[in-house]
Amino acid sequence: MRTHARPWWQRALLTREMLTVLILVVAWIVAASVVQGFDGPLTITYLVLDVAPVLLIALPMTLIIATGEIDLSVASVVGLSSVTFGLLYQAGLGLWSATLVSVLIGAVCGAVNGALVAYGGLPSLAVTIGSLALYRGLAVGLLGTTAVTGFPEAWTDGATENLGESPYPVITLGLIALAAVFAVLLHATPFGRNVLDIGRSKEAARFSGVDVKRTLLILFVLSGAVSALAGVYYTLRYGSARGDNATGMELQVVAAVLLGGVSIFGGRGAIHGVVAGVLLIGVLGSALRLESVTVNVINIVIGTALVVSVVAPRIAGGLRVRRRAAAGQRT
Amino acid sequence: MPNAAPTLRLEGVTKSFGPVAALRSGTLVVQPGSIHALVGENGAGKSTLVKVVGGVHRRDAGVVELDGEPVDFAGPAEAKAAGVAVIHQEPASFPDLTVTENIFLGREPLGRFRRIDRRAMRDKASGLFRNLGVDLDPDRPAEGLSIADQQIVEIAKAISLDARLLVMDEPTAALSAVEVRRLFTVARGLRDAGKAVVFISHRLDEVADLCDTVTVMRDGAHVSTDAVADVTPDELVRRMVGRDVAELYPKVASTPGEVVLRVEGLESTGTFHDVSFEVRAGEIVGLAGLVGAGRSEIARAVFGVDRYDAGRVTVGGRPLRPGDPAAAIAAGLALVPEDRRLQGLVTESSVVRNVSSVARKRLARLGILLPDAEARLARDWSGRLAVKAGALDALATTMSGGNQQKVVLAKWLATGPKVLMVDEPTRGIDVGTKAEVHRLLSTLAAEGLAVLMISSELPEVLGMADRVLVVREGRIATELSRAEATPEAVMRAATPGASRSDSRTEGAA
Repeated sequence: MRTHARPWWQRALLTREMLTVLILVVAWIVAASVVQGFDGPLTITYLVLDVAPVLLIALPMTLIIATGEIDLSVASVVGLSSVTFGLLYQAGLGLWSATLVSVLIGAVCGAVNGALVAYGGLPSLAVTIGSLALYRGLAVGLLGTTAVTGFPEAWTDGATENLGESPYPVITLGLIALAAVFAVLLHATPFGRNVLDIGRSKEAARFSGVDVKRTLLILFVLSGAVSALAGVYYTLRYGSARGDNATGMELQVVAAVLLGGVSIFGGRGAIHGVVAGVLLIGVLGSALRLESVTVNVINIVIGTALVVSVVAPRIAGGLRVRRRAAAGQRT
Repeated sequence: MPNAAPTLRLEGVTKSFGPVAALRSGTLVVQPGSIHALVGENGAGKSTLVKVVGGVHRRDAGVVELDGEPVDFAGPAEAKAAGVAVIHQEPASFPDLTVTENIFLGREPLGRFRRIDRRAMRDKASGLFRNLGVDLDPDRPAEGLSIADQQIVEIAKAISLDARLLVMDEPTAALSAVEVRRLFTVARGLRDAGKAVVFISHRLDEVADLCDTVTVMRDGAHVSTDAVADVTPDELVRRMVGRDVAELYPKVASTPGEVVLRVEGLESTGTFHDVSFEVRAGEIVGLAGLVGAGRSEIARAVFGVDRYDAGRVTVGGRPLRPGDPAAAIAAGLALVPEDRRLQGLVTESSVVRNVSSVARKRLARLGILLPDAEARLARDWSGRLAVKAGALDALATTMSGGNQQKVVLAKWLATGPKVLMVDEPTRGIDVGTKAEVHRLLSTLAAEGLAVLMISSELPEVLGMADRVLVVREGRIATELSRAEATPEAVMRAATPGASRSDSRTEGAA
């Protein structure tokens, strides 16, 4: 029996993910030729710096949505981690120990979500809307309306510095490494296969010996930890630890993941598509900002893109059925 | 009714999905006041034909007439309005609504001020059940209705819609003997009331018992239509598979070895009680009994997908951790579950992913899974089991039931199990594949595998098993040797209220 029904290039290129990549390339070309100043080296620098937290959080989010669950508390964990990092700095901790403690707290936040979803059997949508409010409340409560600022320049420079003379920030390397780790995890390990199986059929996965509950718990812990890491980055990038940092970022993350071709119903998704989805949102955002379009309009554009990306597969499927029916009528 | 137009006439109907011709030439003529059997292997095109009649699929070409009038349904609603009702094997109902509300959903009789006239609705429902001759409480919620009762509700609904043609798609697959008898009485009542009934089944004894005409399909095309009295079951089988079925139950004699699986005093409150048995290497132990007696639940508890309250399970002398399927798999247990599409397979995944789904941990090197290793495993096992698919990356959902079952078997055999538990291994599978599965189980047992086979088909249990354990109301009522296991002995032990002349030979432990 043949291993594949289609040749390799069709399997690689004719996918939902490559569609996002294609749209990204087109958007880039259009922006570079139409928008003044888009093709400068600074654009790339700011693009990477801006999308970094969204990209980080989108990686574990991809796996969570691939199981058919969702984590809406991520931006609140960013805020909480920003606050704890700031307080730990004030308390005199070094960069790495403050980062480590913040990430651990993020992991605990994720573990609470995961335990309620996996072992409590509660819907993740409800649980993480609750913890969205809870973690944000903790963040704002801990620091009030003040901010911790005045981080050492060595720290903040590390978050924004470029690689030598190139337009790419140093953190690009970290982003690529982490994206690669998640790509391998999802696409080339038994764990990743289990994640997709859970998204397609929890029951069948259970009958195949997959520990569904443990898998979900691990994913939520990962999500919490990576969100906290994004929180530390966010704090250093803007040099300010605040309880309301990154408010609303969960929507950008979910939008990027869905634009990247991950099915909101679970069971389908790929990291390269999500990376393209994140960059697409980043390109749209910076192009529109360069054109002095207001944030509200940018949100409208991103929101529309999101709705279209979720609705389009449905419409395409419906059209296919109708075309077949019409073809049937003619004969 | 001579000269009257048949209720349903299909002629030369075709339907393709992409390059696959599911129906090449569908022909079926059903007279009013008759029960017409439609038989054929899985993949023969029966389901596609039914979906064309029921308005789910639109035909590519051919003639469809109802009472002599050409029809072309754009959707199930149109078919329903024209008097076509399809009763599914496992009907969907709204669990929170009452039986009555389910029947009249969306067309409730209205009283004054356009309020729903509950009394009229309820009276109509009980009238329907009275006419059908079944005893069903119209006020009970649909939740918890047996599959048999849900089918009755569907039939009542069809009659209330004034259906002329009722299509029953493998209605008996999940029913007990008593329920089948009741369904047959209902079907005969419909026939006598002048309705046309199409009855799809894999069980030829049922066809002979119930139907007056039988149409055979093979490979998407019509093969023959005869009066049931004019053809023997053997002849029907030959036409269905297009060849002689060599031997239906190719039992290979084997000498049982060591005890591999031992179950002691297993107890799950309200489900099964004090279940003890053992399975030796090289033997096939049949677990017979009525549907709902607790057989599947026992297997699920042993495998660990369900928990149990007391007792213990040992595999090869080692106690097994309860409620942990991964531990069961590591100990050498495999379970081919009852519901292939929901539990056995990830239907949206490819053959490769399904076959390698349990073995994949073992395939990984340094935690990394190489696609080649998966493909090799899948090609190897789907080759051994003669899985028919376009390619290894074909989705399981596109395959016929028989091929799906082979994929499930391949997935478990790839783990190299010591004990194979199979729950209804041939339910809804065509005759040809059925024989292949039986041959496979027989060979595996001869090679030293311990097999526990749950089956509601008596001939299968009697034909395959070395020993038969009969489960009645959650207890092992009796154990019969191959020689003792006659249909009468099994049914007597399985049926509650039958004479209790049996004495359970205690576990022989």
